Amino acid sequence: MAVFRHRTLADREDLLGRLMLAPAMAYVLLLVGAPLVLALLLSFSAATAGSLSFSWVGLRNFATIVSDPQFHSALSNTVLFTVVSQALVVILATAGAFVLDAAFVGRRLVRFLILLPWAAPVSLAAMAWTWIFDSTFSVINWTLKVAGVLHGWFYWFGDPTLAKIAIIAVHVWRTFPFATVIVLAGRASIPRDISEAAVIDGAGFWRKLFQVEMPLLLPIVTVAVLFGVVFTSTDLGIVYLLTRGGPYNSTHVLASLAFQRGILGADLGQGAAIALFLLPVLIVVAAAMLRLARRTEVGT
Amino acid sequence: MTARRALRIVRRAILYAAATAFTVFAVMPFYWMILTAFKTNQDLYVGATDLSHVPWIFNQRPTLEHVKLLLAHTPYLTWVENTVFIGALVVLLTLIAAVPAGYSLARLTGRWGERLGIGIFLTYLIPPTLLFIPFARVIAMLGLQNSVWALVLVYPTFTIPFCTWLMMGFFRSVPRDIEDQAMIDGYSRAAVIRKIVLPLAISGILTVVIFAFTLVMQDFVYALTFISSVGKMTVSLGVPVALVRGDVFYWGSLMAACLITSIPIAVVYNLFIDRFIAGLTAGALKG
Amino acid sequence: MAYVETRNLQKYFGDVRAVDGVDLAVAEGELIVLLGPSGCGKTTLMRMIAGLEQPTAGEIYIAGERVDEDIPPRARGIAMVFQSYALYPHKTAYDNIAFPLEALRRARSFIRDAVQKAAGMFGIGHLLGRRPRQLSGGERQRVALARAVVRSPRVFLFDEPLSNLDAKLRAVARFELKQFQRQLGTTTIYVTHDQVEAMGLGDRIAVMDRGKVRQVGSPQEVYENPADTFVATFLGSPPMNLVEWSGDTILGFRPENFLPKAVFATDDGVVSFRLRVREVEHLGASRLVYGMLEERVRTDQPVIADLPVTIRTPIAEGEVYDFAVARRALRHFDARTGLGQYDGAT
Repeated sequence: MAVFRHRTLADREDLLGRLMLAPAMAYVLLLVGAPLVLALLLSFSAATAGSLSFSWVGLRNFATIVSDPQFHSALSNTVLFTVVSQALVVILATAGAFVLDAAFVGRRLVRFLILLPWAAPVSLAAMAWTWIFDSTFSVINWTLKVAGVLHGWFYWFGDPTLAKIAIIAVHVWRTFPFATVIVLAGRASIPRDISEAAVIDGAGFWRKLFQVEMPLLLPIVTVAVLFGVVFTSTDLGIVYLLTRGGPYNSTHVLASLAFQRGILGADLGQGAAIALFLLPVLIVVAAAMLRLARRTEVGT
Repeated sequence: MTARRALRIVRRAILYAAATAFTVFAVMPFYWMILTAFKTNQDLYVGATDLSHVPWIFNQRPTLEHVKLLLAHTPYLTWVENTVFIGALVVLLTLIAAVPAGYSLARLTGRWGERLGIGIFLTYLIPPTLLFIPFARVIAMLGLQNSVWALVLVYPTFTIPFCTWLMMGFFRSVPRDIEDQAMIDGYSRAAVIRKIVLPLAISGILTVVIFAFTLVMQDFVYALTFISSVGKMTVSLGVPVALVRGDVFYWGSLMAACLITSIPIAVVYNLFIDRFIAGLTAGALKG
Repeated sequence: MAYVETRNLQKYFGDVRAVDGVDLAVAEGELIVLLGPSGCGKTTLMRMIAGLEQPTAGEIYIAGERVDEDIPPRARGIAMVFQSYALYPHKTAYDNIAFPLEALRRARSFIRDAVQKAAGMFGIGHLLGRRPRQLSGGERQRVALARAVVRSPRVFLFDEPLSNLDAKLRAVARFELKQFQRQLGTTTIYVTHDQVEAMGLGDRIAVMDRGKVRQVGSPQEVYENPADTFVATFLGSPPMNLVEWSGDTILGFRPENFLPKAVFATDDGVVSFRLRVREVEHLGASRLVYGMLEERVRTDQPVIADLPVTIRTPIAEGEVYDFAVARRALRHFDARTGLGQYDGAT
């Protein structure tokens, strides 16, 4: 009756499925899985970037960094920058989503403009902020001075505290657009009947906000935050270009320290050991995302 | 005026104020970029301690000299070439791997496929700042130091996972009935993919191309690690690192470069953001 | 010899037995309806016959040929109409209908004639240039039907094709569908959860529940002589009254057979009950009387009586009346298994 009577390869769905998956799986296993294992191995070695040598040194790298105050400072900075910036992002993104959800003149323009920080490549944005915070020419200083708020002068990258504030500010600026857009999408997916039911039940604006909408938004806000946590905690570009880890190595994060020791200092073993400390954060994030994915499946 | 109306006006005012605040916060650096890129050096390099000089406006007529300098006297265009070259190759590699993988996970692999899909997406979360150390070794072994091919090799490690997950979402949005119908009407699964599914998923594929390309443009870490000669740099690396003489940055040209690079990306993002979110939420939230 | 046949067909999804040993024999040219609540396995059964799902065990035969192992959907000589109609959104109605013929690599002139003929059968010739989104629900359904018909399949499979139409359209569409199937004489398997639709359409009905076929028979058979309590209560609206009789028997009688005793001419061949009325609904052509039985059986069992408006006996809420059922309209079911007892004696 038909052209091909019996099952051909094109019909074998199980085989077809595996075949189509193969290139991507191969790439991921070979170029992500294998390097991950390699990173682990390198952390136990005295490998350098220059030669292809590899000598086993056990836990020496870890011992070195654990007793290194710069490592501790990098670790605490990583946590500090991530937590503070993402806390701010949650607030800004939720508020921003509410603002963008309302209809007002110029909403589309605002949405386009708010996306700009996310669109600019990290390194270019970092340079712009470096310029904005420049000790001699900083527009921010000028504006604060003119507004009468600043009495001395901010040497943004010369002072450890100011440098940290600057870095956090840039992180917030970079990640809140994406978070806002995600929360906005999440808000749009809240069924209208639920909001209307709340109104009929007598909930005022704030009660509706906090008791009905926020809990429903929680999974999606969490997704946005998880992305932000990953990006912020593993960032190299912003710290490297703003401060190079200074002043006096006070603003190093794990990523920048790993770069400095591992690539610039050619001590791959130590670099790997430092970078591995990023894994716990990532594993927690991955676990959280998995739980979220399962929960939203069940919930719908 | 009733209390209700007053409340509504106040709420509107707060809304506009908030919208303005957000916009100003997001846009301020770009506005500053525009000013810096087109201001004369005289207007630009005035110490901020001089409160009489207002930096937020053009005090002298804007000039194109920084842009001209950028395009004619710096390697910027070479960097753009490199970036486009690398980007095109990486997008191609990504499509070859991610589109079939996305379909397979969406339709052909059932329950273990879903788990695998999440697993693949999670590899996207493994950051360059962890992998760049072992990659330094791998690249050295392959003799690809200081070569654009190092980047072509390494970039798909983040574009493939991300785009596979995006494509999964897009393929899920094609109704299953239509594929079943086409198989009954006379086609094998493979033919159905070719004739029915791909045409319907074109906008998704386009979105993936766009976002894969922008992911490539965003990378700084790998470029910094593997490329050392100025002539081989990408835009993302060259602009911060090589637009400098000694200690002094060419701020005017630097900001011009930032603008020229960011605006097209922003425009494209804006066009595709709805589709991107649709693919994202279809993949993430629907499960 | 059956035209479409399944033998001990099974489909397991993990632990869930979607289809649990189904033996079905469909005669050539017949329209058989697979009827059951959602989750009963009717759609899974149909999809296996279509080749969209692989059976876990069992065999499927179409026109005497075994198809379940090696023959993909496109080679089984079937056509299917989905609930959503599954029209290709990026193709015109013409291209949608032509699609199966293009798969067969038929000549363009042949395709043109066949499409025109199929479109003409359903009166949509003037819509061929439109895309699905430009068509109404009813028009889309016709395009789907035309596409199903165009390559003269051996078997039609319909998966609830009328449920997306609004109620008024549904009755007309049902009538037309039946006409069209009689006209073509093609063997048809039709899935639905709507028992009115099943009764109106089917030459035979296969009532399914939890993966098994409970009963196969003509609409009249399954309605009047249900094989078990599931079939008895699934068919008929309102459903058959089931009351505890003795320790191990359940008595069944349909609301339309449960009438005031005075209506019956004699007392022979009639079983009477006392009914305490709780509520009366006036539905225009009939009255539904909701009440509880007293005496003779365990008291306080809820029952419904369906009185045509031509029976004018006054019925008031809260009162007790004598009602009765003709003995031959009574059905007995085993209290433990739910199976009907048809041994001749009542």
